[in-house]
Amino acid sequence: MSGAVTIVAYAVQEARRRRIFLIVLLLTLAFLALYGLGVEQVMDVAEPEIAAEGPLDVDAEMVIGATLLGLAMFATFFLGTVLAIFFTLGVVRGDAERGLLQPLVVRPVGRSTVLLSRFLGAALFCALYVVCVFGAAYAITGWLTGWWPDRFVAPALELAAAVALLAALSLLGSVFLSATANGIAVFMVFGAGLMAGFLGQIGEALGSETLTEVATVASWALPFEALYQDALARLTIESSGLERFFVQLGPFGGAEAHGPELFAWAGVYLIFVGAAALAAFARRDL
Amino acid sequence: MPALAARGLAKRYGAIEALDGVELEVEDGELVGLLGPNGAGKSTLVKIACGLVRPSAGSVDVCGSPAGSLAARRRLGYLAELFRFPGWYSADEVLELHQRLSGSRGGEGERRELLELVGLADARDRRVEAMSKGMQQRLGIAQALVGSPQLLLLDEPTSALDPAGRRDVRRLLEELRARGVAVLLNSHLLSEVELVCDRVVILSRGRVVAAGRTAELAAPRGVEIETDGGVRSYPEARREDAPRLVADLVRAGQPVYGVRVLTTTLEELYLDVVEERAT
Repeated sequence: MSGAVTIVAYAVQEARRRRIFLIVLLLTLAFLALYGLGVEQVMDVAEPEIAAEGPLDVDAEMVIGATLLGLAMFATFFLGTVLAIFFTLGVVRGDAERGLLQPLVVRPVGRSTVLLSRFLGAALFCALYVVCVFGAAYAITGWLTGWWPDRFVAPALELAAAVALLAALSLLGSVFLSATANGIAVFMVFGAGLMAGFLGQIGEALGSETLTEVATVASWALPFEALYQDALARLTIESSGLERFFVQLGPFGGAEAHGPELFAWAGVYLIFVGAAALAAFARRDL
Repeated sequence: MPALAARGLAKRYGAIEALDGVELEVEDGELVGLLGPNGAGKSTLVKIACGLVRPSAGSVDVCGSPAGSLAARRRLGYLAELFRFPGWYSADEVLELHQRLSGSRGGEGERRELLELVGLADARDRRVEAMSKGMQQRLGIAQALVGSPQLLLLDEPTSALDPAGRRDVRRLLEELRARGVAVLLNSHLLSEVELVCDRVVILSRGRVVAAGRTAELAAPRGVEIETDGGVRSYPEARREDAPRLVADLVRAGQPVYGVRVLTTTLEELYLDVVEERAT
């Protein structure tokens, strides 16, 4: 246990000394300020126009608020993914190639402790980060538009779980790939998940069963994407009719409720990825 | 129980046989030099002993525990040939991290003593990124000594040190030997190994091609006796022939000014066995 605490503290100290926390904080504040400015401007310009379209009978505040918060949710997910990947992309092979890992793993802490500690450190920080940023975007949206999403806690936790899954995938990749190759690979996997969401949306709009099925399979093969889609869907889970249609067509759509079995699958997936990483690391020559 | 015991050790990387049936022992308080050309398998052997690399066959025990086990890792200190410490850490913080990982209770006293031992007492708060390569290597040696290990595995520990630094390391190794610490020293510097090691083991292409005390391994190359008529050479004579040769000369009325018993140097021995294995 003390070995795990030491490794987590080591990773946190590295992030602090390299000013990673400070840079993340400043850039996140800049992002939130821009987001607030954007929401305010959209409300000033678009809200009167939507409200003037009387026959459509939609709640302008809800359509604007949900669309913009969906956009903020995607940005938060992306930022959390960037952090999760950069914190973990070189944990095994990258650090071993630089000669940083060997002095640590010959100590009596165990390779599994080293890997689990690095995962816990990265996953907890990234999860906390996305919850905080999403919470801030939620508050900004509600405050400036007057519309409050139907759910907050569940989508926030789903985003946190999604970035934790990406951190685990990146750790698994770090056992086999050099840091650069692993970073590229995990970003491409992330992009593939995103593409699956778009394909599903296009499939639904065109009524294409093939596209919809491909998107569903891809989402479950990459459950971080399914968690994101589910989180997005929960923002407007109690809306219906034309408003829901508009919200689902938002700029970074792909909202899709997946049901409770998603959480069980995400848990199994995380255990499988973690076990594969531990087994591969235990056998790896350094 | 030896501090380090390798039995029938083999390691293959695909088609390359890095180690092939290596037998090696290092006793407590013994300083053994591991020699061999590049690619002979020296670093692989050391890494297997540390648990960084898994053997293809055979076994290595560290103080009676299988290499790589927690019990084995508690008893060893290791300095890799290619290592790096985080540049943002100070020398003191590097040692503190390794104290925590090794479970050492030596605290600040141990850190201060180790930094003094390797000549870094004045660089305690200096960041690693601001240190020269030689200073980092000294810090690496101090790191390997954290927790008072029973077995020290040093892979080219003096490659970046100047002559004074090498002398300091030699003195340090002699002090450790006096304390009963077993040391396996992997080095290309034959003179250094000859000066400080009790025994040498020479590896070539993954096999032990020579092992023993330097004096035992050295082959006789004759005797030279300096007289007033110049230096007389007896190429077939051995050390035990020298008194008789001197007595013969004295009886013959030749004044003797000096006698030299010639043996092969470690370098000659090394080149002989390594080149023989290569052909």
